[in-house]
Amino acid sequence: MVTGDVKLIGSWASVFVMRARIALNLKSISYEFLQETYGTKSELLLKSNPVHKKMPVLIHADKPVCESNIIVQYIDEAWSSYGPSILPSQPYDNAIARFWAAYVDDKWFIALRSILTARGEEEKKAAIAEVEERTDHLEKAFMECSNGKPFFNGDHIGYLDIALGSFLGWWKVVELDANHILLDETKTPSLFQWAERFCNDPDVKPLMPETTKLAEFARKLFPKPQA
Amino acid sequence: MAEKEEDVLLIGAWASPFSRRVEMALKLKGVPYDYSDEDYLVTKSPLLLQLNPIYKKVPVFVHKGKVLLESHLILEYIDQTWTRNPILPQDPYGKAMARFWAKFVDEQVTLIGFRSLVKSEEIDVAIKEAQELITYLEKEITGKMFFGGETIGFLDMVVGSMIPFCLVRGWEGMGIDMIPNEQFPELNRWIEKIKEIEIVRECIPNREKNIEHMMKIVGRIKAASKTA
Repeated sequence: MVTGDVKLIGSWASVFVMRARIALNLKSISYEFLQETYGTKSELLLKSNPVHKKMPVLIHADKPVCESNIIVQYIDEAWSSYGPSILPSQPYDNAIARFWAAYVDDKWFIALRSILTARGEEEKKAAIAEVEERTDHLEKAFMECSNGKPFFNGDHIGYLDIALGSFLGWWKVVELDANHILLDETKTPSLFQWAERFCNDPDVKPLMPETTKLAEFARKLFPKPQA
Repeated sequence: MAEKEEDVLLIGAWASPFSRRVEMALKLKGVPYDYSDEDYLVTKSPLLLQLNPIYKKVPVFVHKGKVLLESHLILEYIDQTWTRNPILPQDPYGKAMARFWAKFVDEQVTLIGFRSLVKSEEIDVAIKEAQELITYLEKEITGKMFFGGETIGFLDMVVGSMIPFCLVRGWEGMGIDMIPNEQFPELNRWIEKIKEIEIVRECIPNREKNIEHMMKIVGRIKAASKTA
């Protein structure tokens, strides 16, 4: 693999960027990481993603690919003969993995974020309840997808593991902020154990942001309203 | 050997662009299927609620007892399962682009499109916003017969079901000319081209009924936002 052929525009704190980086690690692809400065958007980012102006953007042989889940699928397909498969090959399992990954973004993440943006105790309680309900759905999804194996994808991490697992850093930060356990060992035991396995995976470990550093960043991104 | 009709069930709605596009794919690939129509402005069937408890929406696609949701996922499943007349590009970059634009249409264009239908004030701003997004699609289709290239594909089905045969009907009902020919010559050319295709014509809701339906939806959204 020619280094310089692959660039990734992103940031250390972004869940969505992490997804792309885990996928690149899984395939052992060397890439140039272009760290965006918080508060500004680089010219390359604006030029490569004019529609959304957001990271991550993967640039492969000068062609940009945007949207984290689309990037992960692209990495799996473009380097299909490198490393393990990221998406299931069977059409039904493939669709199920992508369904739950979309659920993570469209339903679960939205609920998690509302805890950080909640104004007052009532709103916070409601947001927490929603996250708990949706995490419960994901626990069931894990049972359905993993089939007794250690990851959603089976023996090794895959698309859905990456989609949800990339949130684990922020998941902890929101728990601390809410002062409430959001990944409960007794309520969702399979997910709880999966989370530990995921974080210890060698392709994930170096990328997972350190909780204190991320919590400090979260305070910048989601400032608390003045009392 | 012909597939048994009972192998494939589609729960859809005649006016839903999300289920019509699934029908386009099934017809293109010659897959026989059973169809159950939901009158979703009135009620949701027990079967729908049982098979899609999370979103409670159409389309719901059942193949040999396996349930699939979300139109983009269903389209890709159909493409992978019945390989004649492929609807997605073969190359990874082409696939990524098709998926990107499909997401753009269903998330951004649909949101802004419906917003422009329900706005009573600042309608010009809403129209301009929608047209800015649609301009990206005008660029995408320039120089191509179809979004899929020489033949219709995944993105033609997504854009086609949502824009000319859903949102445009709503805009017509509101007296809005959202995609005038002078501003969007390529898109208009593409719309005429896809109308010529039999399987697309078979999967388009009747224009008058559709306009009436869209006006009902607009009325509902406006009423809901007043009580919110």
